[in-house]
Amino acid sequence: MSEKAKLMQGNEACTMAAIAAGLEFYAGYPITPSTEIAEMCSEELPKVGGKFIQMEDEIGSISACIGASLTGAKAMTATSGPGFSLMQESIGYASLCEIPVVIIDVQRMGPSTGMPTSPAQGDLMQARWGTHGDHPIIALAPGNVKECYELTFRAFELSEKYRVPVVVLTDEVIGHMREKVVLPDPANYRMPLRAMPQSPAGYKPYAADPNGGVPLMAPFGTGYRWHCTGLFHDENGAPSSKPAVASTLLRRLNLKIENRVDELADYVAEGLEDCDLAVVSFGSSAMAALSAVRRSCGEGYKVGMLRLKTIWPFPSALIRRLLAPAKKILVPEMNLGQLAIEIERAAGCERPVIRLGKVNGDLFHPDEVFAAIKEAL
Amino acid sequence: MAEFLSYFRQDRLPHIWCPGCGNGTVTGALIRAIDKLGLDKNNIVMVSGIGCSSRAVGYLDFDTLHTTHGRAIAFATGVKLARPRLKVIVITGDGDSAAIGGNHFIHAARRNIDITTIIINNNTYGMTSGQASPMTPHGMLGTTAPYGNVEYNFDLCELAKAAGATYVARATTYHYVLLEDLIGKALMHKGFAVVEVLSQCPTYFGRKNKIGGAVDSLNWIKNQTINIKAAAVLPPEKREGKILIGELHRGEKAEFTQQYLELIARVQRTNPTYARNKGVPGCELNSD
Ligand SMILES: Cc1ncc(C[n+]2csc(CCOP(=O)(O)OP(=O)(O)O)c2C)c(N)n1
Ligand code: SF4
Ligand SMILES: [Mg+2]
Repeated sequence: MSEKAKLMQGNEACTMAAIAAGLEFYAGYPITPSTEIAEMCSEELPKVGGKFIQMEDEIGSISACIGASLTGAKAMTATSGPGFSLMQESIGYASLCEIPVVIIDVQRMGPSTGMPTSPAQGDLMQARWGTHGDHPIIALAPGNVKECYELTFRAFELSEKYRVPVVVLTDEVIGHMREKVVLPDPANYRMPLRAMPQSPAGYKPYAADPNGGVPLMAPFGTGYRWHCTGLFHDENGAPSSKPAVASTLLRRLNLKIENRVDELADYVAEGLEDCDLAVVSFGSSAMAALSAVRRSCGEGYKVGMLRLKTIWPFPSALIRRLLAPAKKILVPEMNLGQLAIEIERAAGCERPVIRLGKVNGDLFHPDEVFAAIKEAL
Repeated sequence: MAEFLSYFRQDRLPHIWCPGCGNGTVTGALIRAIDKLGLDKNNIVMVSGIGCSSRAVGYLDFDTLHTTHGRAIAFATGVKLARPRLKVIVITGDGDSAAIGGNHFIHAARRNIDITTIIINNNTYGMTSGQASPMTPHGMLGTTAPYGNVEYNFDLCELAKAAGATYVARATTYHYVLLEDLIGKALMHKGFAVVEVLSQCPTYFGRKNKIGGAVDSLNWIKNQTINIKAAAVLPPEKREGKILIGELHRGEKAEFTQQYLELIARVQRTNPTYARNKGVPGCELNSD
């Protein structure tokens, strides 16, 4: 086999990548604009010996995925805002219990039922803080169909490696848009693998190995007989309300991801070294933004562009460095400033961060961003 | 006795339960039933939700999964479908299974997925100190029903049966021999099997309703129940208001994960070009 080009939708690219990464279990509940992922999984997974189940709701879906993952299966669900909200409690469970799971959130306009068929980027903060308590999470944001493939694959790598839920934040436009994608040759990538212990003797399910802070995960049903609980627990998995145990666990969990912020960072930067204005965006908004940035440069303005592909953990230090030359920053996004708040925090308050939020259910047009650039300069 | 201790994580004892609580009785019956059947410890996954009853799994030496409130059956569905060879047992409370988790309960029954679900029904939310539950009888007290419960409780066994469960039984912590026997039969059943256990929470339900302590609570349970076999020969007026115990329903229906494995085999026959997923052993059709 070799590389082959295919015309596909973002949702399809997510599905294909998941299967390439070894997806063995999908549980979901239909919701626009993510439903194609469930439909494709129901058709494709049995062909590779995997399992698909349509659950009774999204709470059940994420819960079933976590159960499957505990047996060693790579598991994924896909949803949109309302379903993502329902999943939050169990996402926290996966985060605390360190169970790999991938969640594709094809964002639509909210809150509530909102505008089901319109794109939005309003789940940025929900992806980070949707569940209660301080918890680790990773969120990746593809900017086109090809990246839906690449970042879904990466989501599995990271989730399995760091035992953390990974959210792939796409949106209605990217999910439904069709582009030609060159699928990588399977010979050129390694299927993500979970690190497993060698023997049940002396196994401590939550003993973090000194190098990575990521404990080894024994699949259920293979003789380890360990206890997985959403209560705070010690290295043996025993529930504990000892202050020292709780604090050690919560700090390790969060540092496990925060300490890797540089390694996890992923972005595309253009012309930031010498710019008067930096445009920062992600996902489908970044398509219009990039087009406007290039037009501005063509007309002699000094404008740079930063597109984030990793949203969480937020690479604050890196962003501060990258944006240092810019005198002003413009943040186009399909919400009322969720990314802009983080950029303000990262870039420091001495420069204006202009919020270009769009919440009418329409995509950005490059002209709008161009007009905002001109106005800012 | 000693041989049963080997099913416990002894380093996790003592347990959190109050003296006289029914949870220990049910846990003991489950362990003895497993032992009697000679099931392989390494092939069992026990899943529970949140509540006093759900704490049982933490003391037991299996792969155990103490999940979120109400979701035990949904987590268990993932475990079972991913690895159909595993014996999956759910321990849940009346609040966990009939209130917050009611939806997962009826849908698992509808699918007839091979999960043994043991519901410890103490008529209350024990863990949160005695609020009314969907199993608090009409007129009785809870900390959130201080003037008497104006709602009605479910008949969980009728609910399970109507939803499609293929094994349904009810036992009590008073009728211990029956309890162990019915759990054993439920474990042997291939399909969604439910054992509702009428149990006591002397600390909250018993005290609030002035039933008394553990022994009074057991008698209170006993006096309300009648074995289905005995009931069959009694005149209707003697059965009036009694709760039936015993094996209440057996249904014939293909089991969900088995059907899914057959579906995979069918799809793969017609799509031979697809490479098989390597996966972890255990997802093959011939595995139990
Ligand atoms: C989402 C959520 N809501 C509420 C609670 C609080 N809570 C913990 S246990 C419980 C009730 C448990 O009742 P039951 O299932 O009957 O178990 P019991 O303690 O009686 O054995 C509640 C409401 C919770 N942990 N999670
Ligand atoms: S509160 Fe009730 S259910 Fe909970 S341990 Fe005590 S007696 Fe048992
Ligand atoms: Mg209860």
